[in-house]
Amino acid sequence: MNNKVPNNRAWLLVLPMLVLVAFSAIIPLMTVVNYSVQDVLGPNARFFTGTEWFESMLNDSALQAAFLRQISFSLIILAIQIPLGIGIALIMPKRGWQASAVLILITLPLLIPWNVVGSIWQIFTRGDIGLMGWGLRELGVDYNITRNAGDAWVTIVLMDVWHWTPLVAMLCYSGLRSIPEAYYQAARIDRASKWAVFRYIQLPKLTNVLVIAVLLRFMHSFMIYAEPFVLTGGGPGSATTFLSQSLTTMAVGQQDLGPSAAFSLIYFLVILLVSWVFYTTIMHMQKDKHPHGGA
Amino acid sequence: MSYQLENTQRGEKYTTIFSKVTPAQRRNRNARSRWRANCLLGLYLILMILPIYWLINMSLQTNSEILGSMTLWPQNLTFDNYIGIFTNSSWYMGYVNSMLYVAMNMLITICVALPAAYAFSRFTFIGDKHLFFWLLTNLMAPPAVFLLPYFQLYYSVGLFDTHIAVALAHCLFNIPLAIWILEGFMSSVPKEIDETAYIDGYSFPRFFVKIFIPMIRSGIGVTLFFLFMFSWVELLLARTLTATNAQPIGMIMTRTSTASGIDWGTLAAAGVLTIIPGILVVYFVRNHIAKGFALGRT
Repeated sequence: MNNKVPNNRAWLLVLPMLVLVAFSAIIPLMTVVNYSVQDVLGPNARFFTGTEWFESMLNDSALQAAFLRQISFSLIILAIQIPLGIGIALIMPKRGWQASAVLILITLPLLIPWNVVGSIWQIFTRGDIGLMGWGLRELGVDYNITRNAGDAWVTIVLMDVWHWTPLVAMLCYSGLRSIPEAYYQAARIDRASKWAVFRYIQLPKLTNVLVIAVLLRFMHSFMIYAEPFVLTGGGPGSATTFLSQSLTTMAVGQQDLGPSAAFSLIYFLVILLVSWVFYTTIMHMQKDKHPHGGA
Repeated sequence: MSYQLENTQRGEKYTTIFSKVTPAQRRNRNARSRWRANCLLGLYLILMILPIYWLINMSLQTNSEILGSMTLWPQNLTFDNYIGIFTNSSWYMGYVNSMLYVAMNMLITICVALPAAYAFSRFTFIGDKHLFFWLLTNLMAPPAVFLLPYFQLYYSVGLFDTHIAVALAHCLFNIPLAIWILEGFMSSVPKEIDETAYIDGYSFPRFFVKIFIPMIRSGIGVTLFFLFMFSWVELLLARTLTATNAQPIGMIMTRTSTASGIDWGTLAAAGVLTIIPGILVVYFVRNHIAKGFALGRT
């Protein structure tokens, strides 16, 4: 993996992929840029507006609120899922049929279509027919996600933890499996405590996969749409309206092309900035590991 | 002095002369901590399965039983909800549509991603790092951003409401993902293999198909699993790019809520049926999945 050969003909191998991705990415993105600086009133009536839409979007208080909600949601689920995922990975069986069985069970939530995840939790939390909603009501808790914003938040966080912790757990599990048995033997000879083994052997080996986990979880939670849409519809009020939903309401529901395009670009730039930070981190880590190269 | 060996998962094999703890005691302690771990894991699994169990439970009940009383398991077991789905073409075509565009997407993606990932893992070329980062940004692009332009683009080229439109749209995030995973797997194959093959007179295409691809079989399997996963679960783009002919099952499920209320039984049965393909796929790759989740980079 080190000493790669300089060879510009490699572009030929990349070309088919490039054409396809460009078709799905660049043309639509250019359309968005185009809309973001114009006011489209009809097929033949469009005016150049410059940065007007961008200014109005940045000053829109509803969007600012959605942005803050989005950030806090992403941070909350990261704070829960990452430690929980590590914990589960540590106690998963390493071999035998149990390992396969646990693996398949744990991966299950990842393979359910996102709107069905919303439906599952909608059914599960309803007061009249859902196990959780009914159970909490029997226990005397006043739980109602369509009326109480706090309940809606807790439920959405719970749903996301249920849905995505398996990804973190699986990433950590695969990281743990790559630790050579000799490391553990050395630790035993040194009579290292469980905590020391975790802190000095397992955690350093996990940093690589943890960065991937944080990156994937951050960006997926940042564009969450289908699950809260099905579960709460963004309500009560706008308590659980996240950025993607604000955007689709604006673009598809109200057909506000200019403002929604400007909003799209700002949204995308924020994600781009964060992923750039992660990307450079990953690349630096690879460089530390292989001083002579790395992707 | 007591020389205690903590963390002895298979400690009996490595008994040291210092140890004052008998192997039997140590086994006992191991068994206890193992038992505790299993309990925690069991608890997590039960909590995880509970919502899915509830869905299955409801799919096997009639609507009057669902709404009438709280039953922890179906009192009058009925398969009517499933029969209703399998005998109504507008329902089961939703599954066919979803399967079709997922399969098309997997085929297109793997065909273009294999050579590209090889290029990234073996060569440096002008702009390679920028290209790789640009690919990753597509992985991060929120589908909501592309919603409207996609609709207009595919409408104008006459692909609206076809399976291939959804398959192409899902390439946006699936191709970068596939390249990312495959590049990791390919980089762990020593370069000497390529060189030996060329010395033996293999041309590049023949080497790639006959030697290289069989060597990263498990990586390709895992990649296909991820492609399936992300194309199968995505709904926003699939819903926007289709109307009637290629409508995904997720969209058809919204039909259960009508003016007279929600048809909970059918909704639950349709939900259960969307989980089954995922279970089948994960069963096939269960032995390689652990490595694949680290994207080939452990």
